[in-house]
Amino acid sequence: MSVAQTPAARTRARSSARDLAQIAVFAALIAALTLPGAIPIGIGVPITLQTLGVMLAGAILGARKGALAVTVYVALGLAGLPILSSGAGGLGVLVGPTGGYLLGFILGAFVIGWLAERLTPRLRFWTLLVATSVGGILAVYLVGIPWLAAVTGMPVGAAIAAGSLPFLIGDAIKAIVAALVAAGVHRSWPGLIAEKSWPWRRERAASPADRPASLSTEATTTES
Amino acid sequence: MSEIVFEHVTHRYDGDDVLSDVSLRLTERRIGVIGANGSGKSTLARLVNGLVTPTSGRVLVDGLDVARRGREVRRRVGFVFTNPDNQIVMPTVREDVAFSLRRLSLDAADAAARVERALDRFGLTELADRPAHRLSGGQKQLLALAAVLVAEPAVIVADEPTTLLDARNTQLVERHIAELDEQLLLVTHRLEAVESFDRVLVVESGRIVADSRPDSALGVYRSLVG
Amino acid sequence: MIGAYRPGSSVLHRLGAGAKLVGLAPSVIVVALLPEWWMLLIALGVALLGFAVAAIPPRAVVVQLVPVLWILLIAAPLNALFSGWESALVMSLRITVCVALAALVTLTTRVSAILDAVRAGLRPFGRRVDSERVGIVLAMTIRAVPLMAEIVRAVLDARRARGAEGSLRAVAVPVVVRSLQTADAMGEALVARGFDD
Repeated sequence: MSVAQTPAARTRARSSARDLAQIAVFAALIAALTLPGAIPIGIGVPITLQTLGVMLAGAILGARKGALAVTVYVALGLAGLPILSSGAGGLGVLVGPTGGYLLGFILGAFVIGWLAERLTPRLRFWTLLVATSVGGILAVYLVGIPWLAAVTGMPVGAAIAAGSLPFLIGDAIKAIVAALVAAGVHRSWPGLIAEKSWPWRRERAASPADRPASLSTEATTTES
Repeated sequence: MSEIVFEHVTHRYDGDDVLSDVSLRLTERRIGVIGANGSGKSTLARLVNGLVTPTSGRVLVDGLDVARRGREVRRRVGFVFTNPDNQIVMPTVREDVAFSLRRLSLDAADAAARVERALDRFGLTELADRPAHRLSGGQKQLLALAAVLVAEPAVIVADEPTTLLDARNTQLVERHIAELDEQLLLVTHRLEAVESFDRVLVVESGRIVADSRPDSALGVYRSLVG
Repeated sequence: MIGAYRPGSSVLHRLGAGAKLVGLAPSVIVVALLPEWWMLLIALGVALLGFAVAAIPPRAVVVQLVPVLWILLIAAPLNALFSGWESALVMSLRITVCVALAALVTLTTRVSAILDAVRAGLRPFGRRVDSERVGIVLAMTIRAVPLMAEIVRAVLDARRARGAEGSLRAVAVPVVVRSLQTADAMGEALVARGFDD
């Protein structure tokens, strides 16, 4: 950012337009990465990189903007643009067996961003890998698999098998790639994610349970 | 004509002076700004509508301080960027032109008429319902111009509007820019484009090294690039 | 980007997007509650009748359904194994009907009409959600999809030209950095074009 002393009002207007643009651009990036065969990987099998895009949105933009970017992407897909995986689009995806994954993506990006905000400024590969795995795999499956079980009437055990095994290896690779990429981007472009602190690191004087979550940031800045 | 005033303007970025102590009073109708890459000419352009604010000093457009009253200033000063792809924010040609009017609270019929006039002026009527990404580079820049002009600004600042275009599209866009009636501040490295202008500034390392009629200013610039 | 929409002039095409979206929700719930396979078969007949009324070519219907329903190939045998063939049949029919009804809405409604309806639906929540900004973000995203696809393609081409294919990371870092630069430039353009509140 420029060191120019800009009046507060203008700086805020500027950053909100920038936020809006970042949300739109990352929603579009997920769509572009999902287009079939967007990126040929080494083994020669064209795969879509939808989940990579979702993970990157959270890991690069943080919880709020990342989740909003994924929400915009999902909303446009449900509205009928052929940008969901395998060129699908439309409301059918939502009411189908895999609809839960779409909602899981939103939660996943939020969780990744939430973790990344608390890992800042130590955004290294290993810490980011924890975030992309917990958010991009665990959180996504946590919504997607029960949905699959409920819609198809499969027992949960079978749903876990059917709903995670086909994707697990690919998603694990994408979590690694997303962590590598995010670490690289944060190194070359610092300051993308605002630092936040862990919920348990609160000011001792106040009883933590009574505090609204929104106050936790200012309460803990002294500790970091 | 609007009056654009720089009062001892310095802009610093990452500890370096991009512009240092620039004072100017611009009232001419067609003003060219030329200089090498990184000379500070693009920052000079952005200062005029408040996209960049001075680290010290003031920029005034018709007496309005750009840093304090950016919104009013941007209503008077339209900005054309180098890369139209980043300036076009709506999916189709007509929607993008209409986007510029959303803050002006016009009634729908009036707004639609203005959009059609702007499209017609730049030969875009036939393309009005096309997705923006299907246009050629030159057409995109004309769309950017139409979307700026539809809001009827008093001044147009264009920051190297032809740099990314091929020769034919450069001519097309420059012809349209030459036909503008509005006051114009054109940042460019194409000397031909400013030969007939009323005033030409040469920027070098953050300073104005020449400021005069085109012939002598261009002479200074030629000797600089040697 | 026109999406899955199939132009037409049928009753279903002319029905408002909001009405179709509002009507879809209870229809899906009712279908989900139908207990017998023959009831679901009737419901499927109704959905297919809808496609006929809207004059949607069968291929377009298949294109909509297959990417969603392929997982039934796994789910149906599993379901049959645990709960018997009748349960598997009911489940498969139920999902097919729900997806078909949703596809019917998608195929007969323009993307822009759906987005307008969603924005109108958000208006009562004006305090929490600025429906105008939602509209801008959605439109900007549609505008940005070809830009991002172009960035991905350009970075891939540049790598190929240097003969260094392979590492996904070496492709993705420049893609993300360029996306961020594009976002900054678009944000700047939004401000220059009068968007600042």
